[in-house]
Amino acid sequence: MAQEATSGAPLKTTPLHSRHVALGARMVPFAGYDMPVQYPKGIIAEHAHTREAAGLFDVSHMGQAFLVGPDHETTARALEALVPADILNLGRGKQRYTQLLNNQGGILDDLMVTRPADPAEDGRLMLVVNAACKEADYLHIAANLPREVRLVRADDRALLALQGPKAAAVLARHAPGVAAMSFMTAAATTIAGLDAHVSRSGYTGEDGYEISVGADRAGALWDLLVAEPEVAAIGLGARDSLRLEAGLCLYGHDINQETSPVEAALVWSIQKRRREEGGFPGHLRIRQELTDGPIRLRVGLLPEGRAPAREGTQITDEDGELVGEVTSGGFGPTIGRPIAMGYVVCDFAKPGTKLNLVVRGKPLPATVVTMPFVPHRYKR
Amino acid sequence: MTIRFSKDHEYVRVEGDTAVVGITDYAQQQLGDVVYVELPSVGKRVSQGDETAVVESVKAASEVYAPVSGEVVAVNSGLEDTPGTVNEDPHGQGWFVKIKLANAAELDSLMSEAEYQDYLKSIS
Repeated sequence: MAQEATSGAPLKTTPLHSRHVALGARMVPFAGYDMPVQYPKGIIAEHAHTREAAGLFDVSHMGQAFLVGPDHETTARALEALVPADILNLGRGKQRYTQLLNNQGGILDDLMVTRPADPAEDGRLMLVVNAACKEADYLHIAANLPREVRLVRADDRALLALQGPKAAAVLARHAPGVAAMSFMTAAATTIAGLDAHVSRSGYTGEDGYEISVGADRAGALWDLLVAEPEVAAIGLGARDSLRLEAGLCLYGHDINQETSPVEAALVWSIQKRRREEGGFPGHLRIRQELTDGPIRLRVGLLPEGRAPAREGTQITDEDGELVGEVTSGGFGPTIGRPIAMGYVVCDFAKPGTKLNLVVRGKPLPATVVTMPFVPHRYKR
Repeated sequence: MTIRFSKDHEYVRVEGDTAVVGITDYAQQQLGDVVYVELPSVGKRVSQGDETAVVESVKAASEVYAPVSGEVVAVNSGLEDTPGTVNEDPHGQGWFVKIKLANAAELDSLMSEAEYQDYLKSIS
C-alpha cells in the first residue's frame, strides 16, 4: 500500500474549514486548499445521499470574480474576446457554461458566467472559475480587457452547493423564491436573512443550487442547511464520482490546454452566432473542426467487467492498435459498475463501438456509450 | 497464533505453514470504500515484496505486496463480488490470499502487533 506524497507548501483554508474538521472529514490537499475528500460515512454513502436526498458541498476554493464595465454590451464583448459562448445575448438572471481559450483553441479553464438579474447591475458579469486555475485565469483576463472593463476578484465570498432531489424543498424553506427558478438561472435573494446570490446549477447532474455568500456568512449558512433533516455534508470524493456519472468534464483531466471544445464534445456550449462570427481565440481551429470533424473526440466508456479503468489507461481497438486514452475513470456508485471517459480517434467514437481498456497490461473489453451515465435531473 | 504486519499495511496471520494475508484495518480506513479487488492465480509463486494483488477504492488503485515469499495456495474469490467485505471485516472475511511459507524466517522482518501500533502512531 503506497503512501500518498504530501507537499510541504502551506495550504489555504475555506471559511468552513473548522466545520469539516468538526464533522470528522478526512482533509486532503486540493488545488492549494485543505479540503474534505470525505466525511465519516464515506464516498459511496455520500454519493447515494446526494442522488436520493440533498448533499451540501463547500466549493469555496473555486474562484469568484466580477467583470465590471459601463454597460452589458461592453462587458459582454470584452468577455467574448476570450470565450466562445454568446455572452452578448445572455439574458438578465441567466447563466452560461463556457471556456477560456488559448490562441490554439485549447482550453485554459472552464467557467460559469452569470448576468445579474437586476437591471441596475447591467455591465456586471459574475464568473466562477476552477480553484487550480484561478490565479492564471485572472492574470489572463485582466491582461486582455479593454480599458473600460475591470476584473474584480471576490475572494471575500464563499460558495456552497446544495445538490439533489430534495435541494429545492430544503432551500425554499428559507428562501421561498428559489423554488420557481429554472436550471441555469440566477437571482439575488436572502436565505434566513443572509444576503446571497443563488443559481440553479451544479456539478452532480442533479437539480440543485450554488449559493454565493460573504465569507463571514458562510458558517451561518452552512449550519442552517446542514441541520436540515434531508441534508448531509458531501466531500470532494463524491463530488468527483457524481460529476463523472453525469458525464461532466474535470479541468486538468478531461480538458486542458491541448483539447479544444469541439474535441471535448462541448460544441453545445458554442452558440450559433459565435460559430459563424468567430472572434474568440482559436476560432480557426474550432471552425475547421466543426466543418471537417475533429481528429479525436471525448466519449463515454463502459467497461464490461468490474475493474475500474483509471486516468491514463490506454484505449485500443479490437486489433490492439492504440486509439486513445482514458482521462477520468472510476467506479460509478449509482450505476453500480465502473465507468470512464476519454478521447478516442474519431473513427472509434460512435456509440456501440467495441474497444479495449488496457488495465495493468490486460486488454479489458469496453463499449463506447452516450453520456451521461446517469440521467440528468435538472429543473428545466 | 502469530500475526505480523508490514510497513505497507498488510497483515500476515500464520496458521501452521500457511500465511493468511490481507490489509489492515488502518489500510481499509485510509482507502475508503473498496470497489474492486484483483487477486493472483492459485499456484503462483511470490517473493517477499512482490505486487501480489490490487485493491481499488472509489478514488484510486493500490498495490498489495506479498509480505512473505511462497506459493499462493488459496485466494478469497468472494471479494470479486463483494469487495466491501475488505472494509467490513479486513482481518476476518476480508482476507486476500493464503501463501504457503517458503521461508518462515521472513516473519522476523515484519512487525509485531505492538510494533505496528507504534508505527501507526509514528506516521499519523
